Amino acid sequence: MSEIVIAGIGQTSVGEHWDISLRELAFHAVQAAMRDAEGLQPQALYVGNMLAPNLSRQAHLGVLLADFCGLKGIEAATLEAGGASGGAALRQGYLAVASGYVQTALVVGVEKFTDQIGSEIDSAMATITDSDFEAVQGLTPTAQAALLMRRYMHEFDVPNGGFSGFALNAHAHAVGNKSAMFQKLIKLETYQNADVVSDPLNIFDIAPFADGAAAVLITRTDLLPPNFPHPLVRIAGSASATDTLALHDRHDPLWFQSADLSAARALQQAGIQVHDLSLFEYYDAYSIYAALSLEACHLAERGQGWRFDLDASRMPCATMGGLKARGNPGGASGVYQAVEATLQLRGSAGVLQVSQAKYALIQCLGGPASTAVSHVLQRLN
Amino acid sequence: MKDKTERSSPTLLKPDFPVGIVGYGAYVPRYRLPAKEVARIWTGGVGGLPIKEKSVPGMDEDVVTMSIEAARNAMARARVDPTGIRAVWVGSESHPYAVKPTSTIVAEAIGAVPNTQAADWEFACKAGTEAMVAAVGLVGSRMGHYALAIGMDTAQGKPGDALEYTAAAGGAAYLLGPADESLAIIQSSYSYVTDTPDFWRREYQRYPEHGQRFTGEPAYFKHISEAGRAMMEANGTSASDYKWAVFHQPNIKFPQRVAAMLGFSKEQIEPGLLVPVIGNTYAGSAMIGLSAVLDIAEPGDRILMVSFGSGAGSDAFDLLVTAHIHERRTLAPSTRDYIARRTEIDYATYVRMRGVLATR
Repeated sequence: MSEIVIAGIGQTSVGEHWDISLRELAFHAVQAAMRDAEGLQPQALYVGNMLAPNLSRQAHLGVLLADFCGLKGIEAATLEAGGASGGAALRQGYLAVASGYVQTALVVGVEKFTDQIGSEIDSAMATITDSDFEAVQGLTPTAQAALLMRRYMHEFDVPNGGFSGFALNAHAHAVGNKSAMFQKLIKLETYQNADVVSDPLNIFDIAPFADGAAAVLITRTDLLPPNFPHPLVRIAGSASATDTLALHDRHDPLWFQSADLSAARALQQAGIQVHDLSLFEYYDAYSIYAALSLEACHLAERGQGWRFDLDASRMPCATMGGLKARGNPGGASGVYQAVEATLQLRGSAGVLQVSQAKYALIQCLGGPASTAVSHVLQRLN
Repeated sequence: MKDKTERSSPTLLKPDFPVGIVGYGAYVPRYRLPAKEVARIWTGGVGGLPIKEKSVPGMDEDVVTMSIEAARNAMARARVDPTGIRAVWVGSESHPYAVKPTSTIVAEAIGAVPNTQAADWEFACKAGTEAMVAAVGLVGSRMGHYALAIGMDTAQGKPGDALEYTAAAGGAAYLLGPADESLAIIQSSYSYVTDTPDFWRREYQRYPEHGQRFTGEPAYFKHISEAGRAMMEANGTSASDYKWAVFHQPNIKFPQRVAAMLGFSKEQIEPGLLVPVIGNTYAGSAMIGLSAVLDIAEPGDRILMVSFGSGAGSDAFDLLVTAHIHERRTLAPSTRDYIARRTEIDYATYVRMRGVLATR
């Protein structure tokens, strides 16, 4: 039986690419993915992007990138689901190939933050909240995360500094990732002494917004060229789910229901249990979101997700640095996760290699899990 | 005609006729606003401070009066007849008039009129060193015997903006003339510019805007390090060949880091690093750093100065101190004398003095 696989991957480094435009950034990732896939030609291009119409005054990215990448004529469109845009584009690519209507789909996630500065970025980010009821009050995604974290600390008696494990783990892994924004270890004291951004979130609880593009080429095994050079990575499960858009509409704001639903559906489709996973790329735009994701995906007990100890024998997470240390390239994050998990499952993650990696769960969130997109990737023998 | 100088690089700026600094003078207004005062108003006192305190001009001071003070100090040290001056050039981003030169007023005040060039220069924080390079050209081509170049500012920082902590007032004046009359010879200079929109103020705008983190790597660090590196490469020198180094200083960290990038030690930049105690004097910043170094330099000391102006560019200068330094530097107040003359003010006094409170 033919399987749906990720045949090619590409990524740019994540950082402040002041001298590279949105289209060029995407092009670099696309070019790398197409080379990696031994020249497979896509019939469709799905773009994951969150803020280009706001920050770059550029919508219509499908045709922009198809044209710029020399793919004029193919189907192309943008998928937007806040921070889950990359995952939404990946799922669209998967659905297209799975449906049989498209043989090979190109998925590119791209975000360009540095076209704007300061309050322009905050204003743009606020558009992913409920504009009429949240943004209008001045709420930004960061303030929203701070409110959730304060509530969580109150409910579950978390001491100050309790979330340090996420940043320490992320930075430790980013040291081995040449595409990461911060390839530098941090000490516990650094975390403890960090400036507060939005109480109780300090600067190390928040992933830095950055420019970046990542791309994957999705196809069927029967379409691969002979002697395909990479170990095959199958998309074994794909699911997306929603919660309320506004945080205040939730009965239990400390439970990321869409994260739970989408992960459960993806795992079910893959036919595995959560403890069969070799690694989990969670969406750590804020440390509190990583903790809530671990709980929602049943990798930690309710109220215990924050106890993320660097030395404990737990599931490897943020294995290439996560959003915190690799950088948070907005709507590209979900595609970066796919690239990174593919590297792990191919056995090509170098010093960051998770041994015997067979199944990876990748999950990206839009807002406080207002949208969650989950994929299970599997190494085929 | 055969080139008389040995030109090690086609991009190095070096006159056929050697030029130097005949006299120099600094000026810093007496008022100081501690950075913690700004933090008290805007952040509740929370967060790091980029400097200790900044200088603030008095209510009757502007770039004209301050330039005259510095120019008089430069003339006192130079001890030359002001009618020999063929150019008075003032670089600033706070000229009091949009149309009408600062420089004619300064020229008149020091007795350099009427047989002189007079013009105001604009290149953000390197307007003053741009005037210096031009003055080297004027004297070095023997079009004129002396030329006066001034970098002076009463810099504007929007209330609450990061720049309000540092935007300060002060600067320095340099009378350039033949090398054999000089207390420091300008051995060569090198300029590095690109179109880089890191910081700007459009006409009729009261306060400048900036690109936040974009002002660092692609602007300040790139231009200063490229200019310094190219200058040293063309001269076949390295950091250890210089006794002192001065860099544009918008805050404490930037000049320290760019110095390290170019191989200079903390000791080499210490005498010229004035930003902790006077703030960022913009067009005056690197030039007043140099005046503080000349206040303590000894004959034979080699000095590297690199300015930075947003927009963006850097001028690098290679200077050699001569024996004339001893007899001249005591003829006017030193830079540190001005820094020591200090009256602390609070934020309320500051906004009144700077005209931030609009009363009509």
